[in-house]
Amino acid sequence: MALEKQRFDTLILGAGGAGLNAALQLANANLKVAVVSKVFPTRSHTVAAQGGVNAALANVLPDNWHWHMFDTVKGSDYLGDQDAIEYMCREAIPTVYELEHNGVPFSRLANGKIYQRAFGGQSQDFGGEQAARTCAAADRTGHAILHTLYQQNIRAKTHFYDEFFAVDLIKDDEGIILGALVLNIATGEPLLIESKTTLLATGGCGQVFRTTSNAHINTGDGMAMVLRADLPLMDMEFFQFHPTGIAGKGMLITEGVRGEGGYLINKDGDRFMEKYAPNAKDLASRDVVARSIVTEVRDGHGCGPEADHVMLKVNHLNEDVIAKRLPGIRESAKIFAGVDPVKDPIPVFPTAHYVMGGIPTDRFGRVMPTADDDGESLPGLYAAGECACASVHGANRLGGNSLLDILVFGRLAGHNIIDYVKENKAHRPLNEASVEASMARLDRWDAKGEGMTVSQLRNEFRKTMEDHAGVFRVEDMMAEGVEKVKKIREKLNDVRLSDHTRTFNTNRTEALELENLIDVGLAIAVSALHRKESRGAHSRPDYPKRDDANWMKHTLYWRESDKLDYKGVRVQPLTVESFPPKERVY
Amino acid sequence: MKFSVYRYNPETDSEPYMQTFEIEHRQGMMVRDALLAIQEQDESFTFRHSCGEGVCGSDGVNVNGSNKLACITPLTELKEPVEVRPFPGRPVIRDLVVDMSQFYAQYKQVDPWLQRKEPLPEQEILQTPEERDQLDGLYECIMCGCCSTACPSFWWNPDKFLGPQALLSACRFLADSRDQAGEERLDKLEGPYKLFRCHTIMSCVEACPKGLNPTKAIGHIKAIMLKEAI
Repeated sequence: MALEKQRFDTLILGAGGAGLNAALQLANANLKVAVVSKVFPTRSHTVAAQGGVNAALANVLPDNWHWHMFDTVKGSDYLGDQDAIEYMCREAIPTVYELEHNGVPFSRLANGKIYQRAFGGQSQDFGGEQAARTCAAADRTGHAILHTLYQQNIRAKTHFYDEFFAVDLIKDDEGIILGALVLNIATGEPLLIESKTTLLATGGCGQVFRTTSNAHINTGDGMAMVLRADLPLMDMEFFQFHPTGIAGKGMLITEGVRGEGGYLINKDGDRFMEKYAPNAKDLASRDVVARSIVTEVRDGHGCGPEADHVMLKVNHLNEDVIAKRLPGIRESAKIFAGVDPVKDPIPVFPTAHYVMGGIPTDRFGRVMPTADDDGESLPGLYAAGECACASVHGANRLGGNSLLDILVFGRLAGHNIIDYVKENKAHRPLNEASVEASMARLDRWDAKGEGMTVSQLRNEFRKTMEDHAGVFRVEDMMAEGVEKVKKIREKLNDVRLSDHTRTFNTNRTEALELENLIDVGLAIAVSALHRKESRGAHSRPDYPKRDDANWMKHTLYWRESDKLDYKGVRVQPLTVESFPPKERVY
Repeated sequence: MKFSVYRYNPETDSEPYMQTFEIEHRQGMMVRDALLAIQEQDESFTFRHSCGEGVCGSDGVNVNGSNKLACITPLTELKEPVEVRPFPGRPVIRDLVVDMSQFYAQYKQVDPWLQRKEPLPEQEILQTPEERDQLDGLYECIMCGCCSTACPSFWWNPDKFLGPQALLSACRFLADSRDQAGEERLDKLEGPYKLFRCHTIMSCVEACPKGLNPTKAIGHIKAIMLKEAI
């Protein structure tokens, strides 16, 4: 049967906050846009974001975008690109107002303005008093934003391919991306979507780790597609472990709990963050708090029969505050930890949460294919959101900057795509060889016979990543991890599906996802092994100091031969003075 | 623990059947964990799921006769053998996966987006905390479909009655002090079916995994209509 083909001005892969905010700009501009999502759009993982989105609105305490910029640069441990960070912090303000106008049901202050709460790593006046910068819709901000964006896209009549799985990018001999091969999950039939521009907005890859706050769908699909298209991933060694996942389960308890006045205690009831971050205490940056918890547990101060977690104490807060500001958390703690936080503390431990690295882009969302500091972008290919690396988070992301990143850069990529399509009106000729290579990736899973199952290899892989690329990383442990993951990559050849039917075959999509996970996992493991310093979330007890002389640079990883290269950090902002690297204390 | 799950693959089965599985019951397990354990035994077993914490709304299924979100339904409260079936009244694509397109179409019918007629301010549209409180119990819907597919009126007139989810969404915008299309919204709900086929059976309230109350929302819309009519 001939392969079905469709043509669009723009193809967006992913229907989370980044994809939907881009789609909205494009549909409003009457471009022909297709959004491909492997789940119905409101199931995308943006829906799970709890605490909020940062913008210096100054509704609660004094604030301005320049302070927000300082906090983000410091939070990134000076690895973030300062032009992109300045841009994001400035754009935060109109972006949040636009969301509000679109209908997001933000919580409100008595004067009718958007409610803002304190979050980790936020300060007034370049490192002074705590700021309150996180705009919140109770503790369901991501849900409120994602549903609103989907609603606006219904109004704008965006064309959705719901439950279509993106297999691979199609490219020509010059490396220009021509669209993607996608799979209709319900029928099992492939579809070729040709597009003048393609935006990757496929989200994160937390499923590489066994214990994660990420959803089943967060398998790094776009990142792996980019790797297979001979393009690099940047700064993949920087993976954020959120300090407060429900112990043993991994579901997230928002930083907003600490923002509202909750704090961490060990088995002796000591408020241990006073020791590790005397000023910011429980609202220190996430990497700092996560390491402090792991250290407490390793030093024998953990709670519970296995002494393997700490407690998040909330019960000193007024029940009204919990009901009003943290209703979802109360519900989650009851269901998954069996405790009512109004009465008892919540058992917590760090959980794999967010990848700072991703597909390298400039601050317009355009994909940068080389390590050349002054290199040019790849025409027509864009990336935004967690799958991308602009790089605004550097070595560590601040809470409330993720929703911001996806919304600002999704919106901006949309605007840039509009300009690009105006100047590039024609589709380029299709490259059949590239289509055949993608089809071969699908056909491989029709192989029958005995072999490992997808879930066997996936379990082995995720445990390996957790053991060898977790919160603390030393040379031998990581080198062993890289070898193990390389072997796991080879073992993929031995995996066989037992189900070869076409209709809604999740066995097959999970096999494709496992391939993606392993490619991305190796990018993380190899990049981490070679960075011989401690910076942000990348913590090396064997190299405990940050080394600006040798390592203030971005890592680039290519799948071919697991090659690495490096490129400089963009320290020059757009209009203000650069923030030079300083010791990072909270 | 014994499970009996609904199986149907249109490519290989002439009709649906129930299949029995035995899984190990570990402490704290949810129905989703059990379904995953079943999938480890039989890779061809199919269901939707994603976030695992009750916010994405993917894994609505019928458990022992009631619609539930699998990921937040503990096994401890269930009688054995646990019977897991797809949502009632929806066409089955495969196993527990049903076609929800009509449900989504009904949502779209209520124009579920904020509508403003006045020019937008430069900053946020102001809303008092009391006005914002009116949205609580309405905006949290995750569109899992547990309510609409538990509603007898929806079973009987799925093409004409909008169902509890879409009507809850309609109410969410009617209740928003920022929305300026109230009249149009009410006009669109006129007639004997779209809204008025709700017979307050309240299955939706029982089914909602987020503790929302679509029946109350429907009653609220009716009350506004009545007030406007006088």
